[in-house]
Amino acid sequence: MSAAAPGSVPGAVAPRLAFGERLRPFRAAFESRFSSMLQYRSAALAGFATQCWWGGIKVMILAAFFRGGDAAAPLSLADAVTYIWLTQALFALLPWLADSEVALNVRTGAIVYDRLRPVDAYALLFARGLGWLVARTLPRAALLVSVAALGLPLLGAQRWALGAPHGAAGGVCFAVSLGLAALLSTAVLMLSSAAVIALGTDRGVVALVPSIVLVFSGNLLPLSLFPDSLAALLLLQPFAGLLDIPLRLYTGQVSGAPAVAVLGLQLAWLVLLVALGRRAVARALERLEVHGG
Amino acid sequence: MAHVVVRDLVKTYRVSERDPGLIGAVRGLLSRRYREVRALDGVSFELARGELLGLIGPNGAGKSTTIKILSGILRPTAGVVTVGDIVPYAERTRHVARLGVVFGQRTQLWWDLPVLDGFELLREIYRVDRARFTRNLDELTAVLRIEGILHQPVRLLSLGQRMRAEIAAAMLHEPELLFLDEPSIGLDAPSKLALRDVVKRLNRERGVTVLLTTHDMQDIEALAERVIVIGHGRVLLDSPFLALRDTVLRERRLVIDFAEAAPALELEGVTAVARDGASLVLTFDPARTSAASLIARVSAEHSVLDLRVERPAIEEVISHFYDLHGAVEA
Amino acid sequence: MLFLKYVVASLRSQAQYPGSAALLMLGNFLGTGVEIVALLALFHRFGDVRGWRLGEVALFYGLVNVQFALAELLSRGFDVLGTELIRTGSFDRLLLRPRSLLLQLCAYEVRLSRLGRMTQAALVLWLCIDSAAVRWSAANVLFFLWAVAGGVALFVGLLVLQGTLAIFTVESLELMNVLTYGGVQAAQFPLSIYHGGLRRFLTFVVPLGLITYYPALTLLGKRDPLGAPEWIGLASPACGFLFLGLALLVWRWGVGRYVSTGS
Repeated sequence: MSAAAPGSVPGAVAPRLAFGERLRPFRAAFESRFSSMLQYRSAALAGFATQCWWGGIKVMILAAFFRGGDAAAPLSLADAVTYIWLTQALFALLPWLADSEVALNVRTGAIVYDRLRPVDAYALLFARGLGWLVARTLPRAALLVSVAALGLPLLGAQRWALGAPHGAAGGVCFAVSLGLAALLSTAVLMLSSAAVIALGTDRGVVALVPSIVLVFSGNLLPLSLFPDSLAALLLLQPFAGLLDIPLRLYTGQVSGAPAVAVLGLQLAWLVLLVALGRRAVARALERLEVHGG
Repeated sequence: MAHVVVRDLVKTYRVSERDPGLIGAVRGLLSRRYREVRALDGVSFELARGELLGLIGPNGAGKSTTIKILSGILRPTAGVVTVGDIVPYAERTRHVARLGVVFGQRTQLWWDLPVLDGFELLREIYRVDRARFTRNLDELTAVLRIEGILHQPVRLLSLGQRMRAEIAAAMLHEPELLFLDEPSIGLDAPSKLALRDVVKRLNRERGVTVLLTTHDMQDIEALAERVIVIGHGRVLLDSPFLALRDTVLRERRLVIDFAEAAPALELEGVTAVARDGASLVLTFDPARTSAASLIARVSAEHSVLDLRVERPAIEEVISHFYDLHGAVEA
Repeated sequence: MLFLKYVVASLRSQAQYPGSAALLMLGNFLGTGVEIVALLALFHRFGDVRGWRLGEVALFYGLVNVQFALAELLSRGFDVLGTELIRTGSFDRLLLRPRSLLLQLCAYEVRLSRLGRMTQAALVLWLCIDSAAVRWSAANVLFFLWAVAGGVALFVGLLVLQGTLAIFTVESLELMNVLTYGGVQAAQFPLSIYHGGLRRFLTFVVPLGLITYYPALTLLGKRDPLGAPEWIGLASPACGFLFLGLALLVWRWGVGRYVSTGS
């Protein structure tokens, strides 16, 4: 898969391209990653089964704790259940794994090609990363949401089902937030990719990143269920925007003016992490040249 | 009594198929198609003890399937196979204890451990008693010249060193039968020569029956007394190596270097004439035209600087053979 | 003994890369340890879950994690059967050796990193010990070990089944992860907090409940809220061994199929 514009030579002055033309390599990168992910049909089904199980167990555990009453918690059991199902649906969107393609390229040394293409390296990695994350998420999310939102009520388990968003406003805010979350996730992925490139291996990233991401995004436990003394801190940290913020908007835990504020928070972190990421990736790739292939 | 007997061996597989592209990928999520492959279609041959057989054929012809069945790790769909008094797949443990296998480019040794430690583990696995092991190890170390690398981790060895260690590993338990699967692939020239030398010695001195599969025709030329060509799951040719050329491609070539530009020649009994600057290459069939008469005729009328008679390279012979039988890559 | 030699070889191989081994262990510890964060947060907020205190739940949690960590140590070969062994042809190499396949696979790679899970299990068990929910008499300690053994057998059985599955589909074994990792997840809490259907599944189909819930009840000296008789706790670890036996039969059949059809 070549991302170089046709007829161009590395180092030569790039010919002026139409905008659509300029996007071609990125679109191609996105599509190819997307399509290769669809090949693994049993992987998709099995992944779906895993998420169902995890969701089910977590819902039951939470329900058992809530037996004492809603009062102890800043969100209702119904909302918590919805939250849990959505975290399972969106699990693959979290940057908890290192980008497999980057890790492979670093292992084989092919990462050097990312430096040699006449296209913005960060942007290309970003497009590929976004394609990877979205492709991994869509099939599982679609299946899971159908089961949790539609299937469960049909089986008479309305109490355990994934509820509807908090009004139209909630739904819209959620959609916007989810888009931001996907971008934010890719931005975090870029940072971990920079680390992988710089360290020459994904070992360090694989050891440390998952736990941090899973805890602070709200995947392990809704952030609002952590001790109240930590509530503000947990909301302000960058990973909250990966999952917790979109879900708070969905369940209506945050609505109205504060909703705009948290969206702004997500955006702010996105901008910051993209800026940091560009620097980090550039430095990491630069260092590659010095050490040779 | 033959050591290895293979008769009417048949092996069929089912392989799943998928359309390429995005549409194909989605369709693949919904249904799967299968295709039946006949990897072996009636293969028969016998090996005597101590024989060294070369097994060749294009990729996908059924060579590795045959080896797997002979190793006992694959059960044939039909046919008879015995090694010694054992049916390989029926008595795996007994059979495998007398078998040594070397895969080119893949090692059975422990990657991060020194070679000798790997040997010790193999001694334990094959239950070789200490005295026999030490004796064997000393002999093999000398023949394979691996004294210097015994204490190095396998991952630090060059490919040539690794292959020699690999052969030692396969011979430590004194197997009666040795399979070599593409052993010289990726090796540099001196290593290849060393490898061939070693295999020949092991075969002669220890009387180990050797089955060699390879694409390298020089290996065959150097080692194999007998060659079996497999194509499309069938034995296409089973002949002593020396007879191979004459059976398949009998032609000779007379290469003549002339003093000035090569003249245009018209000669009887020559099937082809090729010009190369001041040289001519005359292709002829030695059964119908003798080299001597050709040489006499040419030098009678022209000023000849130098000449030589050549036989086609073995690769050409084999390639020609594959073409004759449509036995290209499956 | 060959098994021990394999283990020593595996440990020495890993010792060649001390930095990597440490990192992997840390990763395993963190990855499994985040659950403790959730556990503590939930108990901090709610105080107890259906009458079970933190000290008691810690026993269930610690027990199942010790069982699984030990099982993982012994079954790496089955875990990577599809990816590392069959795909590279190394599985064939194992068949070419005149030794039991099972032994070679169990000893394939004794990963030190699993000690990360052991460590966090130990930490949680300390929570249990600290809360004095269990009287650690000699009899109880022995019984604990018996429960651990039964659990290890069960989990090894599950991993053997996963390996058998890998023979047929090289693509996805995440399904088995539901039973192994998902099973551990579920068994970390007393089964009585779960819905009946799941409880029955975890008792009769994949008897995780038998090797964790009932033995733990016995240790806590508590009566089963679900009404099962007391002797079940004493006998139930044996079910782990039964399960393993069944799994090995399926494995034998699976290998037979591999030899018939090839890769």
